[in-house]
Amino acid sequence: MSTQWVAIQMQVNGERREVRVPPMKRLLDVLREDLHLTGTKEGCGEGECGSCSVQMNGELVNSCLVPVLQAADTAIETVEGLAHDGKLNPLQEAFLRCGGAQCGICTPGMLMAATHLLERNPQPSVAEIREGLAGNLCRCTGFIRIFESVVAAAAESRTREAPHAG
Amino acid sequence: MNTPAKTRIVGAPVARKEGVDKLTGRARYVDDMEREGMWYGATVRSTIPRGLIRSILFDRTVDWSEFAIVTAADVPGKNQIQMIVADQPCLADGMVNHCDEAILLLAHADKTKVRAAVDAVRVEYDPLPPVLTIEESERQKTVVWGKNNLLKSFLVKKGDVNGAWSRAAHVVEGEYRTGAQEHLYIENNGVIAECDAERGVTLWGSLQCPFYVHKSLMSVFDLPAEKVRVIQTETGGAFGGKEDYPSVIGSHAALLAMKSGHPVKMVYDRMEDLAATTKRHPSRVRHKTALDGEGRLLAMEIEVVTDGGAYSTLSSTVLSRATLHATGPYLCPNVRIRSRSWATNTVPYGAFRGFGAPQAIFAVERHMDEIAAAIGMDPVELRRRNFLRGGDTTATGQVMREPVILDRLLESALKESDYYAKRERFARENECSAVKRGMGISAFFHGSGFTGSGERYLNSLAGVDVTREGEVRVLVSSTEFGQGTNTVLTQIAAETLGIEYARLTMAPPDTKIVPNSGPTVASRTAMVVGRLIERASRQLLDVLRKDAGLGEQFSGEEFFAACERLRAKKGEVVSLCRYEAPPGIYWDDATYQGEAYPAFAWAVQVAQVAVDTTTYSAEVEEFWAVQEVGRVLHPVLAGGQIEGGVAQGIGYALYEKVQLANGHMANNQMTNYIMPTAEDVPPIHVYFEEMPYAHGGYGAKGLGELPHDGPAPAILNAIRDATGVSFHAIPLLPENLFERMAEKEPVAEGAAV
Repeated sequence: MSTQWVAIQMQVNGERREVRVPPMKRLLDVLREDLHLTGTKEGCGEGECGSCSVQMNGELVNSCLVPVLQAADTAIETVEGLAHDGKLNPLQEAFLRCGGAQCGICTPGMLMAATHLLERNPQPSVAEIREGLAGNLCRCTGFIRIFESVVAAAAESRTREAPHAG
Repeated sequence: MNTPAKTRIVGAPVARKEGVDKLTGRARYVDDMEREGMWYGATVRSTIPRGLIRSILFDRTVDWSEFAIVTAADVPGKNQIQMIVADQPCLADGMVNHCDEAILLLAHADKTKVRAAVDAVRVEYDPLPPVLTIEESERQKTVVWGKNNLLKSFLVKKGDVNGAWSRAAHVVEGEYRTGAQEHLYIENNGVIAECDAERGVTLWGSLQCPFYVHKSLMSVFDLPAEKVRVIQTETGGAFGGKEDYPSVIGSHAALLAMKSGHPVKMVYDRMEDLAATTKRHPSRVRHKTALDGEGRLLAMEIEVVTDGGAYSTLSSTVLSRATLHATGPYLCPNVRIRSRSWATNTVPYGAFRGFGAPQAIFAVERHMDEIAAAIGMDPVELRRRNFLRGGDTTATGQVMREPVILDRLLESALKESDYYAKRERFARENECSAVKRGMGISAFFHGSGFTGSGERYLNSLAGVDVTREGEVRVLVSSTEFGQGTNTVLTQIAAETLGIEYARLTMAPPDTKIVPNSGPTVASRTAMVVGRLIERASRQLLDVLRKDAGLGEQFSGEEFFAACERLRAKKGEVVSLCRYEAPPGIYWDDATYQGEAYPAFAWAVQVAQVAVDTTTYSAEVEEFWAVQEVGRVLHPVLAGGQIEGGVAQGIGYALYEKVQLANGHMANNQMTNYIMPTAEDVPPIHVYFEEMPYAHGGYGAKGLGELPHDGPAPAILNAIRDATGVSFHAIPLLPENLFERMAEKEPVAEGAAV
């Protein structure tokens, strides 16, 4: 393939990054191979399983379906950006406590989808959680403990944000 | 009745050992790894189900000198994958026996070039007639394996079946079929191999059984044990799908590494993984059952048949487990089970959670409802009258020496699901509703650990050691792939040693470092290996007390100080234990009589199903799973195993269909092989009754496979309850419902338009 390589700039987990890659290279591969952010996983390569879910300018996308050209000058959030100073965020803590992760391969995508859901709807019902995570396949858990993890994270943020009585 | 001993860490919901790595994206799966100078491997596969390879043609526009090319002629040792019978070639040699069989391997430094190169190799064949169904194979007109296509057969006999028919008040017959099922682990099969003259072969991979792969590599490369090293990487789901197949892809990558002189990564994409790797065995089971006037079983004649695919792989042991679960958890004085696995020209079927039991239990639990309908008895009552109880004898003559609490599980399942009240209400509401609801039940057991003498042959070794850095390591080849091996085994060691869970770690799953604690299969890890870790930890404490002055009561610092004193004396701090069979376990492989399993886990499941008679879709609305699995070592992980297994069982029943076209999987994509999503899985209610098993790790029995055994029959029984229509085969898709139900309802005839 004699494709012209291009320079692409992106904000990745808050950091400015530049890569020189073929413009049609999948965002997934750029993250994994060029930026060495291997937390984002490939499960099917056709947008069905959601393992490669990342946020692009606040939208949840399957990074296996995004040519990197389309990600130029956007802000990308991946699983590596969730924990701060080595401390798990409340959603990750809830997954750990509730058993939301088993083999872990769908977990990064699941966390990104749940993050996206909670940003838009901080107190989702279980039906809304089911819908919000419907694009992310998990073969281990049967999803039940993933729902519980999201419910627990939402409950915790409610407690944290509730004004003190009195 | 046994009650669980008081424990600090066992039974507590401690954090999953490798959980933080998985939640932060730090966990390293094989595709996340690179090696210096690494190349990429790919496979040229057969496009016909059976034939002779006439020639292999290379497109002249490609510069093949850039590629490493491997054929069967390059195999330095035996061109065989070492399973139970070594009939499967590592690479096809002159002949192919199924579609997508590996013929030739390619490697190149550029991933995109190697993928394109696969299409630039053309294989010409002289096709031979294939055998594609169980029935064709049984007819033996075309013989595609051995002398007669028969991969394996078993016969189990108890009492006098022939004499029972004439005494019976009822005789009920039925035939039940199950389809193939794909594991659909979200991480595909993948490995990285290195090969050099000095060190031999090193393989990193997504796999369940490092020593299985080790054995195959030794044979393919004709190398001694010390020249082969297999290291499990973080594994993104397996479910049996990474029990035998990693020996194939592992051998392939290692051959390419040998030929190219580079480390070689082979990671399948989804389409290749679905088309080329193993699936659950399709089955056909026939029951003929005699009952007395009170609905008690007099005789069961059962014929179990599976489709094994082109090579024998694990078909014999899968068939064995199907045979030993064929009667379900029922007492019957006269039993004859004849089982056979037949070869066909399809991708070899292999291990999948349940390992033959889901097929057998689908048949017997569906059949129980057919019997109930035929003799006019409540299906719950029919089961209750025939349950195995303590002291009863199974088809293989095994006496139930441990208490059996199926009655209690059944009562709990009925109560929690509100079974009778709902059945009654649904029967009333269904009259005037297009959506028909129903309740269905299944009751079953699952044998924990290897069958018969299997655990004795495995002769597992496992233990613990203490590093100079003050970490206690669990030494096992038992692997983590989501089910919780790391957590449960370190819990057991921490508990027994009386130290903090945080001080425990798993030694790397590397055949150079850990002893062979057997494969991570057959619901054996917590029960068998857990017991070894418990014993080895106790043994270490004894040595520390005897030789290193450790007191009866001690703090963490005192423990590690004693370890250093022991190290100064002995050079190392390590404690290993070898498997010891529980007393009284006897099995005769020749007659298939004796103690089939050291212990059984038991369960009753209830499904609430809605069938929409407008769209002909069936949906599980709610699900209850009540089980006795010995002691529950970790409530969160155990609950997660049950829920995950139930979800896979729902997929098996209602969604997951492997469509074969001339022996090739035609729907080899996630787009058209459909598993349950977050919107399809119903609320699943999980209940454990704990009955510690004296010979399992802290009382544990096997639990991982059990939940997959029951959903399919419970769901189809519920559909029968809802619609009055009996279905005998899975997967049961809307078109199958339509086919039968539309013919049953000639309502439109003469209706006003």
